[in-house]
Amino acid sequence: MERKVAIIDYGVGNVHSVSHALMFLGYRNVITRKHDDIRKAAALVLPGVGAFSQAVINLNDFCLTDVLNEEVIVKRKPIIGICLGMQVLGITSEESPGYKGLGWIAAEVNRFPHMHNLKVPHVGWNTVAVYHDSIFRNLEEEPHFYFDHSFYFNCSDLYAIAKCDYGFPFPAAIMQNNIVGVQFHPEKSQTNGLKLFRNIFRYFDI
Amino acid sequence: MLKKRLIATLIVRNGIIVQSVGFRKYLPVGKPEIAVEFLNSWGIDEIVLLDITASNEKTGPNFAIMDNVTRSCFVPLTIGGGITSVGQIQRFLNLGADKVCINSAALEKPEFVTEAANVFGNQCIIVSIDVIGASVADYKVFDAYRGCAMRMGPIDWAREVESMGAGEIYLTSVNRDGSKAGYDLDLIEPVVQSVDIPVIASGGAGHPGHVLEVFKKTNASAVSAANFFHFSEHSVITTKALLRDAFHGIRLNTHADYEGCSFDPGYRLKKRSDDYLEDLLYERIEAEVI
Repeated sequence: MERKVAIIDYGVGNVHSVSHALMFLGYRNVITRKHDDIRKAAALVLPGVGAFSQAVINLNDFCLTDVLNEEVIVKRKPIIGICLGMQVLGITSEESPGYKGLGWIAAEVNRFPHMHNLKVPHVGWNTVAVYHDSIFRNLEEEPHFYFDHSFYFNCSDLYAIAKCDYGFPFPAAIMQNNIVGVQFHPEKSQTNGLKLFRNIFRYFDI
Repeated sequence: MLKKRLIATLIVRNGIIVQSVGFRKYLPVGKPEIAVEFLNSWGIDEIVLLDITASNEKTGPNFAIMDNVTRSCFVPLTIGGGITSVGQIQRFLNLGADKVCINSAALEKPEFVTEAANVFGNQCIIVSIDVIGASVADYKVFDAYRGCAMRMGPIDWAREVESMGAGEIYLTSVNRDGSKAGYDLDLIEPVVQSVDIPVIASGGAGHPGHVLEVFKKTNASAVSAANFFHFSEHSVITTKALLRDAFHGIRLNTHADYEGCSFDPGYRLKKRSDDYLEDLLYERIEAEVI
Protein backbone atom coordinates (compact mmCIF):
# COMPACT_ATOMS: atom_id res chain seq x y z
CA MET A 1 0.00 0.00 0.00
CA GLU A 2 1.27 3.43 -0.90
CA ARG A 3 1.78 5.46 2.24
CA LYS A 4 0.39 8.93 2.60
CA VAL A 5 1.48 12.19 4.08
CA ALA A 6 -0.73 13.16 7.02
CA ILE A 7 -1.56 16.86 7.32
CA ILE A 8 -2.51 17.34 10.93
CA ASP A 9 -5.81 19.12 11.36
CA TYR A 10 -5.75 20.66 14.81
CA GLY A 11 -8.05 23.58 14.11
CA VAL A 12 -5.47 26.32 13.57
CA GLY A 13 -3.97 25.41 10.21
CA ASN A 14 -4.56 26.35 6.59
CA VAL A 15 -4.74 22.61 5.94
CA HIS A 16 -6.29 22.84 2.48
CA SER A 17 -3.61 25.14 1.10
CA VAL A 18 -0.98 22.63 2.19
CA SER A 19 -3.00 19.75 0.79
CA HIS A 20 -3.36 21.47 -2.60
CA ALA A 21 0.38 22.06 -2.81
CA LEU A 22 1.15 18.40 -2.01
CA MET A 23 -1.50 17.25 -4.46
CA PHE A 24 0.03 19.42 -7.17
CA LEU A 25 3.34 17.65 -6.55
CA GLY A 26 1.63 14.25 -6.65
CA TYR A 27 1.90 13.27 -2.97
CA ARG A 28 -1.13 11.44 -1.66
CA ASN A 29 -2.20 13.12 1.52
CA VAL A 30 -4.90 13.08 4.12
CA ILE A 31 -6.13 15.91 6.34
CA THR A 32 -6.65 14.28 9.68
CA ARG A 33 -6.57 14.26 13.44
CA LYS A 34 -7.11 10.50 13.77
CA HIS A 35 -4.35 8.66 15.61
CA ASP A 36 -4.59 5.76 13.21
CA ASP A 37 -3.90 7.96 10.15
CA ILE A 38 -0.99 9.62 11.93
CA ARG A 39 0.52 6.23 12.82
CA LYS A 40 0.16 4.92 9.27
CA ALA A 41 1.51 8.04 7.53
CA ALA A 42 4.94 8.14 5.92
CA ALA A 43 5.47 11.73 7.02
CA LEU A 44 3.62 14.43 8.92
CA VAL A 45 2.95 18.07 8.22
CA LEU A 46 1.98 20.40 11.05
CA PRO A 47 0.62 23.57 9.46
CA GLY A 48 -0.38 26.59 11.50
CA VAL A 49 -2.03 29.97 11.26
CA GLY A 50 -3.11 31.44 14.56
CA ALA A 51 -2.12 32.10 18.12
CA PHE A 52 0.32 29.95 20.10
CA SER A 53 -2.07 29.35 23.02
CA GLN A 54 -4.85 28.16 20.71
CA ALA A 55 -2.46 25.73 19.00
CA VAL A 56 -1.32 24.26 22.35
CA ILE A 57 -4.88 24.01 23.67
CA ASN A 58 -6.05 22.26 20.51
CA LEU A 59 -3.15 19.79 20.44
CA ASN A 60 -4.12 18.78 23.97
CA ASP A 61 -7.89 18.82 23.39
CA PHE A 62 -7.55 16.54 20.37
CA CYS A 63 -5.15 14.30 22.37
CA LEU A 64 -2.46 14.69 19.72
CA THR A 65 0.56 15.38 21.93
CA ASP A 66 1.19 11.77 22.97
CA VAL A 67 0.76 10.26 19.54
CA LEU A 68 3.03 12.92 18.01
CA ASN A 69 5.70 12.32 20.65
CA GLU A 70 5.61 8.64 19.94
CA GLU A 71 5.75 8.94 16.14
CA VAL A 72 8.25 11.76 15.91
CA ILE A 73 10.55 11.25 18.90
CA VAL A 74 10.41 7.49 19.38
CA LYS A 75 9.84 6.30 15.81
CA ARG A 76 11.64 9.20 14.14
CA LYS A 77 8.95 9.87 11.56
CA PRO A 78 9.72 12.99 9.45
CA ILE A 79 7.62 16.04 10.34
CA ILE A 80 7.47 19.50 8.82
CA GLY A 81 6.16 22.32 11.01
CA ILE A 82 5.02 25.40 9.11
CA CYS A 83 4.89 28.91 10.65
CA LEU A 84 2.93 28.47 13.90
CA GLY A 85 3.46 24.73 13.39
CA MET A 86 7.20 25.43 13.62
CA GLN A 87 6.80 27.64 16.67
CA VAL A 88 4.98 24.93 18.65
CA LEU A 89 8.06 22.71 18.18
CA GLY A 90 9.72 25.03 20.70
CA ILE A 91 9.24 25.21 24.44
CA THR A 92 7.50 28.49 25.24
CA SER A 93 6.21 31.60 23.50
CA GLU A 94 6.12 35.21 24.53
CA GLU A 95 2.74 35.35 22.74
CA SER A 96 1.11 33.08 25.33
CA PRO A 97 3.01 32.91 28.63
CA GLY A 98 2.20 29.77 30.61
CA TYR A 99 1.52 27.60 27.57
CA LYS A 100 4.02 24.84 26.78
CA GLY A 101 4.81 23.83 23.21
CA LEU A 102 5.87 20.34 22.13
CA GLY A 103 9.38 21.13 23.36
CA TRP A 104 11.25 19.08 20.73
CA ILE A 105 13.64 21.89 19.91
CA ALA A 106 15.28 24.02 22.58
CA ALA A 107 13.76 27.31 21.53
CA GLU A 108 11.78 30.19 22.85
CA VAL A 109 9.38 32.09 20.59
CA ASN A 110 9.86 35.85 20.88
CA ARG A 111 8.03 38.88 19.56
CA PHE A 112 9.81 41.12 17.07
CA PRO A 113 10.99 44.17 18.99
CA HIS A 114 9.99 47.67 17.83
CA MET A 115 12.45 48.64 15.16
CA HIS A 116 12.79 51.86 13.28
CA ASN A 117 10.87 51.79 10.00
CA LEU A 118 10.20 48.06 10.18
CA LYS A 119 6.57 47.09 10.33
CA VAL A 120 5.37 44.19 12.48
CA PRO A 121 3.94 41.68 11.49
CA HIS A 122 6.73 40.77 9.08
CA VAL A 123 4.58 40.22 5.99
CA GLY A 124 5.69 39.49 2.48
CA TRP A 125 8.42 37.97 0.36
CA ASN A 126 11.84 37.96 1.90
CA THR A 127 15.09 36.37 0.84
CA VAL A 128 16.82 33.76 2.98
CA ALA A 129 20.44 32.73 3.31
CA VAL A 130 20.62 28.94 3.13
CA TYR A 131 22.92 26.50 4.95
CA HIS A 132 21.65 23.15 3.74
CA ASP A 133 22.30 22.02 0.17
CA SER A 134 19.82 19.18 -0.25
CA ILE A 135 16.84 20.91 1.34
CA PHE A 136 17.39 24.03 -0.78
CA ARG A 137 18.38 22.21 -3.98
CA ASN A 138 17.40 23.72 -7.34
CA LEU A 139 16.71 27.14 -5.89
CA GLU A 140 18.47 30.41 -6.54
CA GLU A 141 21.29 31.47 -4.23
CA GLU A 142 19.09 33.60 -1.98
CA PRO A 143 15.59 32.30 -2.62
CA HIS A 144 12.38 34.23 -1.79
CA PHE A 145 9.72 32.84 0.47
CA TYR A 146 6.47 34.25 1.83
CA PHE A 147 6.50 35.19 5.52
CA ASP A 148 3.61 36.33 7.69
CA HIS A 149 4.36 36.43 11.42
CA SER A 150 4.83 38.69 14.45
CA PHE A 151 6.92 36.22 16.47
CA TYR A 152 10.17 34.46 15.62
CA PHE A 153 11.78 31.19 16.64
CA ASN A 154 14.70 31.99 18.91
CA CYS A 155 17.03 28.98 18.92
CA SER A 156 20.68 28.04 18.68
CA ASP A 157 22.37 28.42 15.30
CA LEU A 158 22.98 24.67 15.42
CA TYR A 159 19.44 24.05 14.24
CA ALA A 160 19.14 26.82 11.64
CA ILE A 161 19.33 25.63 8.03
CA ALA A 162 18.21 29.01 6.66
CA LYS A 163 18.20 32.51 8.04
CA CYS A 164 16.18 35.54 7.16
CA ASP A 165 17.07 39.13 7.97
CA TYR A 166 14.41 41.48 9.33
CA GLY A 167 16.24 44.04 11.41
CA PHE A 168 18.42 41.16 12.62
CA PRO A 169 18.99 37.59 11.40
CA PHE A 170 16.53 35.00 12.69
CA PRO A 171 16.00 31.29 11.81
CA ALA A 172 13.81 30.93 8.71
CA ALA A 173 14.14 27.15 8.66
CA ILE A 174 15.42 24.68 11.23
CA MET A 175 16.22 21.00 11.23
CA GLN A 176 17.14 18.42 13.82
CA ASN A 177 17.25 14.81 12.59
CA ASN A 178 13.70 14.04 11.38
CA ILE A 179 12.21 17.37 12.48
CA VAL A 180 12.02 20.26 10.04
CA GLY A 181 10.45 23.63 10.75
CA VAL A 182 9.92 26.55 8.38
CA GLN A 183 8.84 30.00 9.50
CA PHE A 184 7.69 30.97 5.99
CA HIS A 185 4.79 29.38 4.09
CA PRO A 186 6.11 27.03 1.38
CA GLU A 187 2.53 26.27 0.33
CA LYS A 188 2.17 29.96 -0.50
CA SER A 189 5.64 30.62 -1.91
CA GLN A 190 4.88 29.65 -5.49
CA THR A 191 7.50 27.63 -7.37
CA ASN A 192 10.13 28.04 -4.64
CA GLY A 193 7.80 26.62 -2.02
CA LEU A 194 6.79 23.67 -4.18
CA LYS A 195 10.45 22.90 -4.87
CA LEU A 196 11.18 23.04 -1.15
CA PHE A 197 8.43 20.52 -0.36
CA ARG A 198 9.81 18.25 -3.08
CA ASN A 199 13.36 18.56 -1.66
CA ILE A 200 12.31 17.82 1.91
CA PHE A 201 10.32 14.73 0.95
CA ARG A 202 13.16 13.52 -1.27
CA TYR A 203 15.63 14.02 1.53
CA PHE A 204 13.56 11.70 3.71
CA ASP A 205 13.01 9.22 0.84
CA ILE A 206 9.27 9.68 0.60
CA MET B 1 15.57 42.14 2.13
CA LEU B 2 11.81 42.28 2.46
CA LYS B 3 10.30 42.96 -0.95
CA LYS B 4 7.45 45.35 -1.71
CA ARG B 5 4.35 43.42 -2.66
CA LEU B 6 2.18 43.69 -5.74
CA ILE B 7 -1.32 42.51 -4.91
CA ALA B 8 -4.14 41.72 -7.30
CA THR B 9 -7.60 42.44 -5.97
CA LEU B 10 -10.46 40.57 -7.53
CA ILE B 11 -13.83 42.17 -6.93
CA VAL B 12 -16.52 39.52 -7.11
CA ARG B 13 -20.21 40.17 -7.46
CA ASN B 14 -22.74 37.33 -7.76
CA GLY B 15 -19.96 34.86 -8.45
CA ILE B 16 -18.17 36.69 -11.25
CA ILE B 17 -15.30 39.15 -11.24
CA VAL B 18 -16.32 42.71 -11.99
CA GLN B 19 -14.53 45.92 -12.67
CA SER B 20 -15.61 48.45 -10.06
CA VAL B 21 -15.83 52.17 -10.77
CA GLY B 22 -16.27 54.49 -7.78
CA PHE B 23 -18.09 51.78 -5.78
CA ARG B 24 -21.13 52.39 -8.04
CA LYS B 25 -20.70 50.92 -11.51
CA TYR B 26 -19.74 47.30 -12.14
CA LEU B 27 -18.65 45.75 -15.42
CA PRO B 28 -18.29 41.96 -15.77
CA VAL B 29 -14.81 40.50 -16.34
CA GLY B 30 -14.91 36.72 -15.93
CA LYS B 31 -14.64 33.70 -13.67
CA PRO B 32 -12.60 33.99 -10.46
CA GLU B 33 -10.86 30.62 -10.84
CA ILE B 34 -9.49 31.54 -14.28
CA ALA B 35 -8.18 34.89 -13.05
CA VAL B 36 -6.55 33.28 -10.01
CA GLU B 37 -4.84 30.68 -12.17
CA PHE B 38 -3.43 33.30 -14.55
CA LEU B 39 -2.33 35.70 -11.83
CA ASN B 40 -0.63 32.86 -10.00
CA SER B 41 1.30 31.78 -13.07
CA TRP B 42 2.29 35.39 -13.76
CA GLY B 43 3.97 35.58 -10.37
CA ILE B 44 1.63 37.89 -8.45
CA ASP B 45 2.72 38.29 -4.80
CA GLU B 46 -0.72 38.00 -3.24
CA ILE B 47 -4.37 37.81 -4.22
CA VAL B 48 -7.25 39.51 -2.43
CA LEU B 49 -10.75 38.31 -3.26
CA LEU B 50 -13.45 40.75 -2.20
CA ASP B 51 -17.01 39.57 -2.52
CA ILE B 52 -19.12 42.71 -2.64
CA THR B 53 -22.39 40.83 -3.04
CA ALA B 54 -22.41 40.30 0.70
CA SER B 55 -22.31 43.99 1.56
CA ASN B 56 -24.43 45.18 -1.36
CA GLU B 57 -27.26 42.70 -0.92
CA LYS B 58 -26.84 42.58 2.87
CA THR B 59 -26.39 38.81 2.93
CA GLY B 60 -23.78 36.73 4.76
CA PRO B 61 -20.49 35.67 3.18
CA ASN B 62 -20.56 33.39 0.16
CA PHE B 63 -18.45 30.32 0.91
CA ALA B 64 -19.15 28.70 -2.47
CA ILE B 65 -16.77 31.17 -4.07
CA MET B 66 -13.83 29.23 -2.61
CA ASP B 67 -14.70 26.00 -4.40
CA ASN B 68 -12.50 26.37 -7.42
CA VAL B 69 -10.13 29.21 -6.67
CA THR B 70 -7.87 27.62 -4.08
CA ARG B 71 -6.76 24.63 -6.13
CA SER B 72 -4.48 26.66 -8.38
CA CYS B 73 -3.47 29.36 -5.92
CA PHE B 74 0.07 28.99 -4.56
CA VAL B 75 0.30 32.55 -3.31
CA PRO B 76 -1.37 33.99 -0.22
CA LEU B 77 -5.11 34.42 -0.63
CA THR B 78 -7.14 36.91 1.39
CA ILE B 79 -10.92 36.75 1.46
CA GLY B 80 -13.26 39.60 2.30
CA GLY B 81 -16.95 40.33 2.12
CA GLY B 82 -19.62 40.10 4.77
CA ILE B 83 -17.48 38.46 7.48
CA THR B 84 -18.93 39.09 10.93
CA SER B 85 -17.99 36.09 13.10
CA VAL B 86 -15.05 33.96 14.20
CA GLY B 87 -16.89 30.89 12.92
CA GLN B 88 -17.02 32.36 9.41
CA ILE B 89 -13.29 33.12 9.49
CA GLN B 90 -12.58 29.57 10.62
CA ARG B 91 -14.63 28.24 7.72
CA PHE B 92 -12.85 30.42 5.13
CA LEU B 93 -9.45 29.36 6.48
CA ASN B 94 -10.52 25.72 6.31
CA LEU B 95 -11.55 26.23 2.69
CA GLY B 96 -8.10 27.51 1.76
CA ALA B 97 -7.95 31.22 2.62
CA ASP B 98 -4.82 32.48 4.37
CA LYS B 99 -6.07 35.80 5.69
CA VAL B 100 -9.36 37.60 5.96
CA CYS B 101 -10.30 41.17 5.27
CA ILE B 102 -12.78 42.84 7.60
CA ASN B 103 -14.51 46.13 6.90
CA SER B 104 -18.11 46.76 7.96
CA ALA B 105 -17.92 44.42 10.95
CA ALA B 106 -14.99 46.42 12.33
CA LEU B 107 -16.92 49.69 11.98
CA GLU B 108 -19.94 48.21 13.63
CA LYS B 109 -18.16 46.36 16.43
CA PRO B 110 -14.43 47.19 16.74
CA GLU B 111 -13.95 44.56 19.45
CA PHE B 112 -14.61 41.91 16.79
CA VAL B 113 -11.11 42.67 15.41
CA THR B 114 -9.61 41.86 18.82
CA GLU B 115 -11.67 38.72 19.16
CA ALA B 116 -10.55 37.46 15.74
CA ALA B 117 -6.89 38.40 16.29
CA ASN B 118 -6.84 36.50 19.59
CA VAL B 119 -7.92 33.30 17.87
CA PHE B 120 -6.11 33.51 14.54
CA GLY B 121 -3.19 35.81 15.36
CA ASN B 122 -3.05 39.41 14.15
CA GLN B 123 -1.11 38.44 10.99
CA CYS B 124 -4.33 36.82 9.76
CA ILE B 125 -6.58 39.88 10.13
CA ILE B 126 -6.55 42.65 7.55
CA VAL B 127 -8.82 45.60 8.21
CA SER B 128 -10.01 47.36 5.10
CA ILE B 129 -10.52 51.12 5.34
CA ASP B 130 -12.42 52.91 2.59
CA VAL B 131 -11.79 56.63 2.50
CA ILE B 132 -13.94 59.20 0.78
CA GLY B 133 -12.84 62.75 -0.01
CA ALA B 134 -10.54 64.32 -2.54
CA SER B 135 -8.16 66.27 -0.31
CA VAL B 136 -6.43 66.08 3.07
CA ALA B 137 -8.94 68.47 4.66
CA ASP B 138 -11.99 66.32 4.03
CA TYR B 139 -10.87 62.68 4.18
CA LYS B 140 -13.49 60.63 6.01
CA VAL B 141 -13.88 56.93 6.58
CA PHE B 142 -16.61 55.58 4.29
CA ASP B 143 -19.05 52.91 5.40
CA ALA B 144 -19.78 50.97 2.20
CA TYR B 145 -22.36 48.78 3.90
CA ARG B 146 -24.56 51.73 4.81
CA GLY B 147 -23.35 53.87 1.93
CA CYS B 148 -22.43 56.89 4.03
CA ALA B 149 -19.37 58.73 5.30
CA MET B 150 -18.44 58.45 8.97
CA ARG B 151 -17.36 61.32 11.18
CA MET B 152 -13.84 60.08 11.80
CA GLY B 153 -10.80 60.53 9.60
CA PRO B 154 -8.63 57.68 8.26
CA ILE B 155 -5.66 58.26 10.60
CA ASP B 156 -7.69 57.99 13.82
CA TRP B 157 -9.43 54.90 12.55
CA ALA B 158 -6.15 53.29 11.36
CA ARG B 159 -4.61 53.82 14.81
CA GLU B 160 -7.67 52.41 16.47
CA VAL B 161 -7.80 49.22 14.38
CA GLU B 162 -4.08 48.72 14.97
CA SER B 163 -4.63 48.89 18.72
CA MET B 164 -7.58 46.49 18.37
CA GLY B 165 -5.26 43.88 16.85
CA ALA B 166 -5.34 44.34 13.06
CA GLY B 167 -2.26 42.92 11.32
CA GLU B 168 -2.48 44.98 8.13
CA ILE B 169 -4.49 47.85 6.74
CA TYR B 170 -5.99 47.74 3.27
CA LEU B 171 -6.49 51.41 2.40
CA THR B 172 -8.76 52.33 -0.49
CA SER B 173 -9.53 55.75 -1.89
CA VAL B 174 -13.16 55.66 -2.98
CA ASN B 175 -12.71 58.76 -5.12
CA ARG B 176 -9.86 57.16 -7.06
CA ASP B 177 -11.44 53.69 -7.30
CA GLY B 178 -11.68 52.75 -10.97
CA SER B 179 -10.64 56.27 -12.03
CA LYS B 180 -7.27 55.27 -13.57
CA ALA B 181 -6.00 58.61 -12.24
CA GLY B 182 -3.29 57.14 -10.00
CA TYR B 183 -3.15 56.45 -6.27
CA ASP B 184 -3.94 59.14 -3.71
CA LEU B 185 -0.42 59.69 -2.33
CA ASP B 186 -1.60 62.42 0.09
CA LEU B 187 -3.83 59.85 1.74
CA ILE B 188 -1.39 56.92 1.79
CA GLU B 189 1.75 58.33 3.39
CA PRO B 190 0.15 59.93 6.50
CA VAL B 191 -1.66 56.66 7.26
CA VAL B 192 1.55 54.64 6.78
CA GLN B 193 3.38 56.98 9.15
CA SER B 194 0.69 56.81 11.81
CA VAL B 195 0.78 53.03 12.33
CA ASP B 196 3.40 50.31 12.88
CA ILE B 197 1.60 47.64 10.84
CA PRO B 198 1.91 47.23 7.05
CA VAL B 199 -0.36 49.32 4.81
CA ILE B 200 -1.64 48.17 1.42
CA ALA B 201 -2.50 51.03 -0.94
CA SER B 202 -5.47 50.61 -3.24
CA GLY B 203 -7.63 52.56 -5.65
CA GLY B 204 -6.73 54.36 -8.85
CA ALA B 205 -4.20 52.31 -10.82
CA GLY B 206 -4.42 53.05 -14.52
CA HIS B 207 -0.98 51.87 -15.64
CA PRO B 208 2.20 50.39 -14.09
CA GLY B 209 3.69 53.87 -13.65
CA HIS B 210 1.13 54.59 -10.92
CA VAL B 211 2.36 51.60 -8.91
CA LEU B 212 5.95 52.77 -9.27
CA GLU B 213 4.92 56.23 -8.03
CA VAL B 214 3.52 54.75 -4.77
CA PHE B 215 6.71 52.80 -4.04
CA LYS B 216 8.93 55.76 -4.84
CA LYS B 217 7.00 58.40 -2.91
CA THR B 218 5.48 56.56 0.04
CA ASN B 219 6.44 53.82 2.50
CA ALA B 220 3.44 51.62 1.75
CA SER B 221 4.34 47.92 2.11
CA ALA B 222 2.21 46.81 -0.80
CA VAL B 223 0.19 48.15 -3.69
CA SER B 224 -3.02 46.60 -4.85
CA ALA B 225 -4.55 46.94 -8.27
CA ALA B 226 -7.62 45.36 -9.73
CA ASN B 227 -8.84 46.41 -13.10
CA PHE B 228 -5.67 46.96 -15.05
CA PHE B 229 -4.35 43.42 -14.50
CA HIS B 230 -7.31 41.91 -16.33
CA PHE B 231 -6.96 43.32 -19.76
CA SER B 232 -3.46 42.55 -20.98
CA GLU B 233 -1.31 39.45 -21.24
CA HIS B 234 1.48 39.08 -18.63
CA SER B 235 0.30 42.34 -17.00
CA VAL B 236 1.79 41.35 -13.65
CA ILE B 237 5.18 40.43 -15.08
CA THR B 238 5.49 43.59 -17.17
CA THR B 239 4.51 45.73 -14.19
CA LYS B 240 7.14 44.00 -12.09
CA ALA B 241 9.73 44.36 -14.85
CA LEU B 242 9.17 48.12 -14.78
CA LEU B 243 9.39 48.19 -10.98
CA ARG B 244 12.53 46.03 -10.96
CA ASP B 245 14.36 48.33 -13.36
CA ALA B 246 13.34 51.54 -11.62
CA PHE B 247 13.38 50.53 -8.03
CA HIS B 248 14.76 47.02 -7.33
CA GLY B 249 12.91 45.92 -4.18
CA ILE B 250 10.55 43.60 -5.99
CA ARG B 251 10.30 39.84 -6.45
CA LEU B 252 10.36 38.66 -10.05
CA ASN B 253 11.26 35.06 -10.71
CA THR B 254 8.88 33.84 -13.36
CA HIS B 255 10.47 32.17 -16.37
CA ALA B 256 9.59 35.11 -18.60
CA ASP B 257 11.09 38.13 -16.89
CA TYR B 258 11.25 40.77 -19.66
CA GLU B 259 14.91 41.35 -18.89
CA GLY B 260 16.30 44.10 -21.11
CA CYS B 261 12.89 45.31 -22.29
CA SER B 262 11.92 48.96 -22.38
CA PHE B 263 8.71 50.90 -21.92
CA ASP B 264 7.16 53.78 -23.82
CA PRO B 265 6.06 56.97 -21.99
CA GLY B 266 2.59 55.47 -21.48
CA TYR B 267 4.26 52.52 -19.66
CA ARG B 268 3.45 50.06 -22.41
CA LEU B 269 6.04 47.47 -23.27
CA LYS B 270 8.01 48.38 -26.40
CA LYS B 271 8.39 45.82 -29.15
CA ARG B 272 11.79 44.10 -29.29
CA SER B 273 13.91 44.36 -32.41
CA ASP B 274 13.07 42.04 -35.30
CA ASP B 275 16.50 40.38 -35.09
CA TYR B 276 15.98 39.51 -31.45
CA LEU B 277 12.53 38.06 -32.12
CA GLU B 278 13.86 36.08 -35.10
CA ASP B 279 16.56 34.52 -32.88
CA LEU B 280 13.94 33.59 -30.28
CA LEU B 281 12.15 31.48 -32.89
CA TYR B 282 14.97 28.97 -32.90
CA GLU B 283 15.71 28.94 -29.19
CA ARG B 284 14.50 25.85 -27.39
CA ILE B 285 13.01 26.60 -23.98
CA GLU B 286 12.65 23.63 -21.65
CA ALA B 287 9.63 23.61 -19.38
CA GLU B 288 10.66 23.70 -15.73
CA VAL B 289 9.93 20.53 -13.77
CA ILE B 290 9.45 21.02 -10.05
